[in-house]
Amino acid sequence: MLSHPTLMTSTEHPYSLEELKVVSEDSIEVDDKLSHVRVVFTPTVEHCSMATIIGLCIRVKLMRSLPSRFKVDILVAPGTHETEASINKQLNDKERVAAALENPNLLEIVEECLSPSFQTWT
Amino acid sequence: MELLDSNVDLKELQKLQGHADRVWGLAWNPAPHNCGGASAMLASCSGDKTLRIWQMGPTHRFDCSTILEDTHTRTVRSCAWSPCGKFLATASFDSTTAIWKYVGGDFECVATLEGHENEVKSVTWSSSGTFLATCSRDKTVWIWEVQPGDEYDCVAVLQGHSQDVKMVQWHPLVDVLVSVSYDNSIKVWAEDGDSDDWHCVQTLNEGSSGHASTVWSVAFNSSGDRMVTSSDDLTLKIWDTSSAISQTDTEGFASWRHLCTLSGYHGRTIFSAHWSSEGIIASGAGDDALCLFVEEKGNSIEEPSYRLLLKKEKAHDMDINSVRWNPKDQRILASASDDGTIKIWEVREIS
Repeated sequence: MLSHPTLMTSTEHPYSLEELKVVSEDSIEVDDKLSHVRVVFTPTVEHCSMATIIGLCIRVKLMRSLPSRFKVDILVAPGTHETEASINKQLNDKERVAAALENPNLLEIVEECLSPSFQTWT
Repeated sequence: MELLDSNVDLKELQKLQGHADRVWGLAWNPAPHNCGGASAMLASCSGDKTLRIWQMGPTHRFDCSTILEDTHTRTVRSCAWSPCGKFLATASFDSTTAIWKYVGGDFECVATLEGHENEVKSVTWSSSGTFLATCSRDKTVWIWEVQPGDEYDCVAVLQGHSQDVKMVQWHPLVDVLVSVSYDNSIKVWAEDGDSDDWHCVQTLNEGSSGHASTVWSVAFNSSGDRMVTSSDDLTLKIWDTSSAISQTDTEGFASWRHLCTLSGYHGRTIFSAHWSSEGIIASGAGDDALCLFVEEKGNSIEEPSYRLLLKKEKAHDMDINSVRWNPKDQRILASASDDGTIKIWEVREIS
């Protein structure tokens, strides 16, 4: 299904190509019967806000690709981030996610990251 | 025959469709007859930035009678009716709270409460009709005093939570406020008798047998001596106060203690819980299920406990965000979901 997501962007965006590249051994578990998906991703960059944005991109991509019955949990790989509990809590709070996606600036970043010309999913 | 002893089921009476995005909140008008003699009115608010009012017609079916749009510029997260039923407050991610007044068959926006730095998550009207409270991701709780001429004065900005405040709810009988938060705690706020200063009189956190993750909702029973909170930690907690409700001094409301934890009934975040006037607790969660709980009748020596009366799996196709009992008909329950629909249910005894 989805493996090794790689997010790249080459716009005038403040984040450089290197910062956004997520080379990861992502683990994606799908339980079709329970309609549950769990994604564990490894941000290669320590910077907190990047991990949150990447997690948000993953969530939006899955929201748009999966049937609405699916419940999705997105977590940073344990041990990869100092504030992982705090990032995980935000990424899995749907009210926080919904409000973030109503922020035009943030939405623009997410849309750029997910736009076909900028990203490849292998 | 007492409902609480018999077997019950939950019958779906109607599914209300129309919102173009998830439905976040619901509020039953406590005095619908003051709005043109309506028999029942339900307000719903949504990610589609609108508020819809559904009115019960002569055939006991609900129809959408009003859509309040073009006011909020982002999600409308919460709505609440004034005790007289003629005013409706809507709280939005656009950081404002709008006040609507029923005027000649329609609702007019008569005031906009500004001040929060970011998304307003909840609004609640005190039963005295004197106060409104709002809370926000900015970690504060604001108290507004209702003045003549549709004026609203901010009388307190309460700081204390360390994170996003998810919901505020006034006590049903006295002007005491409870707030629940992403910081996992529950706070009780009251006015100091002497100075009219609002302050936090009690904090219930993990140390006080409180929740281990975000607390999403709080609701009181009709007598105001118990409250139920629901959380991302997958539990519901029941709290009890032994204080006499007629007490107006603040010490009376700093004595909430943990009574009971209901766990194992929901597999995902419990977004909402509400207490009917008859004493049935309804809960709605991210597992798409709706549960009903009642107090266990038992020997009076033991601590009160609650048992599951019914679990309705797949009550909706997606997360349930809000459950609300009809204050005028205690067997009628409304639920709102990420699937964009609202369902009206009836609790029925089955032989």
